[in-house]
Amino acid sequence: MPRTGTGTAAKRTLVWLGVLTALLATLLGAGAHWSTASWSPRLALDLEGGTQMILAPRVQDGSEITPEQLDQAVEIIRQRVDGSGVAEAEISTQSGQNVIVSLPGTPDAQTRDLIQASAQMEFRPVLAGGPGQAPAAETPTPEDQLPTPAAEPQNASDPNWITPELYQEFEALNCLDPAALEPAEEPAPADEPMVACEPDTQGKYILGPVEVPGTDITTASYGLERSQGGQTLNSWAVNIDFNDEGTETFREVTERLYAIGQGDPRNQFAIVLDGRIVSAPTTNAVIPDGNPSISGNFTEESAAALAEQLKYGALPISFEIQSEQQISATLGADQLRLGLIAGLIGLLLVAAYSMFQYRLLGLVTIASLVVAGVLTYLAICILGWTENYRLSLAGVAGLIVAIGQTADSFIVYFERIRDELREGRGLVSAVENGWRRAKRTVLASKAVNLLAALVLFFVAVGNVRGFAFTLGLTAIADLIVVFLFTHPVLRLLARTKFFGEGHPWSGLDPSRLGGIPLYRGAGRLRQPGEGTVKPVVVARTKNKGASAEAERRLTIAERRRAEQQKALAGRTGSSQKETNE
Amino acid sequence: MSRTNFATFGNELYSGKRSYPFVAKRNLWFLIAGIALLISIIIPVVKGGFNLGIDFRGGSEFTVSSTQDTDPAIGEQAVTDVVPEAVPRVTNIAGDTMRVQTERLSDDETLSVRGNLADGYGVGEDQVTSSYVGPTWGEDVSRQALIGFGVFVLLAAILMALYFRTWKMALAAMAALVVVMVLTAGLYSLSDFEVTPSAIIGFLTILSYALYDTVVVFDKIRENTADMKTSTERTFAEQVNLAVNQTLVRSINTSVVAILPVASILFIGAFLLGAGTLQDLSLALFIGIILGTLGTIFIAAPLYAALRLNEPELKKQEEKVLARRSLAAAST
Repeated sequence: MPRTGTGTAAKRTLVWLGVLTALLATLLGAGAHWSTASWSPRLALDLEGGTQMILAPRVQDGSEITPEQLDQAVEIIRQRVDGSGVAEAEISTQSGQNVIVSLPGTPDAQTRDLIQASAQMEFRPVLAGGPGQAPAAETPTPEDQLPTPAAEPQNASDPNWITPELYQEFEALNCLDPAALEPAEEPAPADEPMVACEPDTQGKYILGPVEVPGTDITTASYGLERSQGGQTLNSWAVNIDFNDEGTETFREVTERLYAIGQGDPRNQFAIVLDGRIVSAPTTNAVIPDGNPSISGNFTEESAAALAEQLKYGALPISFEIQSEQQISATLGADQLRLGLIAGLIGLLLVAAYSMFQYRLLGLVTIASLVVAGVLTYLAICILGWTENYRLSLAGVAGLIVAIGQTADSFIVYFERIRDELREGRGLVSAVENGWRRAKRTVLASKAVNLLAALVLFFVAVGNVRGFAFTLGLTAIADLIVVFLFTHPVLRLLARTKFFGEGHPWSGLDPSRLGGIPLYRGAGRLRQPGEGTVKPVVVARTKNKGASAEAERRLTIAERRRAEQQKALAGRTGSSQKETNE
Repeated sequence: MSRTNFATFGNELYSGKRSYPFVAKRNLWFLIAGIALLISIIIPVVKGGFNLGIDFRGGSEFTVSSTQDTDPAIGEQAVTDVVPEAVPRVTNIAGDTMRVQTERLSDDETLSVRGNLADGYGVGEDQVTSSYVGPTWGEDVSRQALIGFGVFVLLAAILMALYFRTWKMALAAMAALVVVMVLTAGLYSLSDFEVTPSAIIGFLTILSYALYDTVVVFDKIRENTADMKTSTERTFAEQVNLAVNQTLVRSINTSVVAILPVASILFIGAFLLGAGTLQDLSLALFIGIILGTLGTIFIAAPLYAALRLNEPELKKQEEKVLARRSLAAAST
C-alpha cells in the first residue's frame, strides 16, 4: 500500500537524520574528549581577542623597506595565514615599517614558524659534501692536508672557493645539533661561499656563491612527474617557473653543472632557505626554458611543502617577531551578548509570526529551524576543531540572516501545499505534489547560495572567505533539514486526523483556502450531486490541448463556473484514489 | 489584517480574483527605479564618496602602556572629545597596555588625543605613543573580493540561463540585482555610517539574498509559463503577473521572517550600543532585504516579461487570447 509505504519511508528518513545528528555529535564528543575540540564554537579576533605579533621585516641587502615591498609582504603573510585554515586574521602595517599580524587565539609553533618563515631563498652550486655526513668530523684533517685554493675562482662551481678556514668550518659543523638547524639570523653574504646543513637527508655541504636569487622565481607548483613521452609517472615532482633573468642564469648554471657530470658532488645545486638547504638536486639536463622540475623521493606532502617554500621564497624579505602580545577582543563583550539577545528576540518574533501565519504548521517551521540550528552548531564546532573556523560578529549576523533564508524553504513548501489544496487535492496528495514542485525551487535557489559560497571561498581572502564559509554551511544545513526533516514530518502529519481533516488550527484548512474537498476523512464523502462537474473541465486535467480548445468556446459565465469547478475535478480523482486504498 | 483575511487574500491572489498590476505598470516601476538609481549615484558623489573606515584607509594608533585602568570607554571618550564623529577602537593588550585606533588624525588632533589619553588613564604623556597604521583591508583584499564578486555574478547568470533555459531570465535577474546593490549603497552613503569590512560582508549577504529571492519567484514564473504555446487562457504578461501575485504571500512571509531578526539587531544595535559592527551590518541587511524583495517583484519579473513580449510566438499567442476574449465578450 502506497500509504503505509510513504509513511514508513518518511519515518526511515527521520531515522537517518537522527543518525546523522548523532554521528556529528559523537564526532565532536570524541574530539572534545581526546583532542582539542570544544563544545562551543571558536570565536574570531573581534569577539575573543587573540595574539598580536609585530613583525619587523629585514631586507636582504640591509636597505630600508619600500612601500611596495611592504605591501608584498602583507600579501604573502596573508596567503600563509589563510592557507593554515579559515580563521580570519587581521594583517596591516604600522608606521610604514612593520607588519602587524593579529590572530585569534594563541597561534601554535607551526603557525608562528609559517608567518616568520623568511623568504631568504637562493640557489647555490655545491662544491663538496653530501647526504649523511651530518656529525662533525671526529678527526679533523691535519692543517697541511687542507685544500688550498690554487688560483682565483673562475665561476661559482670552482673548487678554488674552498679555503682552509672554510674547510675547517665545514668539518666542525654538526648538523645533528638543533642549533645548527635554526634559521640563520643574518643572511650569508651572496658573493661568498658558505657551509650549510640539509636537515632532511642529514647532509652537510660546502656551497659556492649565490647564482640565482629566490626573487627570480615567478611561481612554483607540484604534480605527478611526466616522462619524456608525456606519460604521467607515479612519482611526484616540483616545478619551478623562473622569470627572464632567472631563466637566462639558470640555463648557464645547468650547462656548467651538467658538463661536470653525475657522480661529482659539484653536479648538484642547493636550494637554500634561510641558511638551510631545502633540497640539493643533481643536474640531469640543461634547462634552457626556465622551467626546471625537481624530482626524487618526494611524497605528495613533501613536494607540496617544497613548492610552497619556493613560491613564498620569492620574497626578498625576512621577518623578525619584534613583539608578541595578547590582545583583548576588539568588540566589547556586550556586542556579542546584545547581538545574541537580538537574535533570540528575532527568533521569537519569527516563531510568533509563523504561528500567526501557519497556525500549528508554524510549529513545523520552528522545529525545523531548531534542527537546522543544532546541525549548524555542531558543524561550526567541528569545523572550528578541524579547520580552525572561527565565528566573528559578522558571521553571527550571517547566521541570523540565514534564519530567514532557511525559513523560506519551508514557506515556499507550505505555500505550494496550500496551492495544491486550493486546487482541491486531499492533504496527502497535496503534500506529495507540493513537495515535487517546491523541491525544484528550493534546489535551484540554494544552488545560487552554494555557488556564491564556493566562488567567494576560493577567490576572496580574509573576512570575505570566512563569510563564504558561513553562507555555504547554512545553505547545506538548510537542504539537509528540508529534505530529511520538514518533508518527512509533513508527510506524517498529513496522515494525522488533526491535519488531514483540515482542522481550523492546522493552518491547512481547505475551507479557508477556498476549496471544499470531497473527501473528509474516513468514508465521509460529499454527495456527488453537490457540484456539477462539466466533462470538458474534467478533460482539461487529462488533455490540455483539448481543454484549451473547449475552454475557448465557453462564455465568460461558463468559464467562471468552470474555473470554480475545475478544482473539484482534480479532487474527485484524488479522493477516489484515496478511498480505494 | 486578520488571519482569515490574509488567507482570503492568498486565495484571491492565487485564483487571480485579486491581482496587482506588477507587469502592466512596469514602466512606472522602471521610472521610479531609474530615479532612485540616479539619486543613489548622485548622493555619494555629492557627499564626496563613502565614509571609509580605518580598515580601508589606515589611521592613527595610540598605545598607552603601564596603566592601572583598562576601561575601553576612557579611550573612546579621549578620542571623541577631540573628534566627535570618530569611531575609535579600543583594545586591551597584554594586561596593562591599551591600544586606541581611530581614523587618521592631524598633528594637532594627535597631540590633544594623546593628552586626553594620558589624563584619562592616569599615566605620563611619555607612556602614550602614537603611530600610523595601514589598512587591514588593503587593495589586495578588495581586489580579490571584486574578482570573486565578478566571477560569482557571471557563473550565477550562466547557472540561471541553463536552469531556466532562457538568458532573458538571467539578464532580468542581474538587472534587478544591480539596482538593489546600487540603491543599498546609496542609502548607506546617505546614512553616513562608516564603511567597515562588516558592512561589505552585509553587502555580499544581500547579494546572495536578492538573487535567491529572484530565483524563487522566477521558478514560479517558469512553472506558470511552461505551456504558453498551447494555452490561450492568459497572455504571457498576464501569466507572469499571475505568478508574481501567486507568490506574493510567500514573498511577504519570507521577507517578514528574514527581516524580524535583522530588525531586532538593528534596533538593539542602534539604540543600545551606538555605532559599531552590529549597527553597520544590520542596517545594510535591513535595507537590502526589503530592496531585494521589492526588486524581484517590481523589476526582475516585469523586466523579464518586457524582454520577451516581442517574441513572435508570444505575440501570436497574445493575439489568440485577445481574439478569444472578444469572441467571448460578443457572445454574452
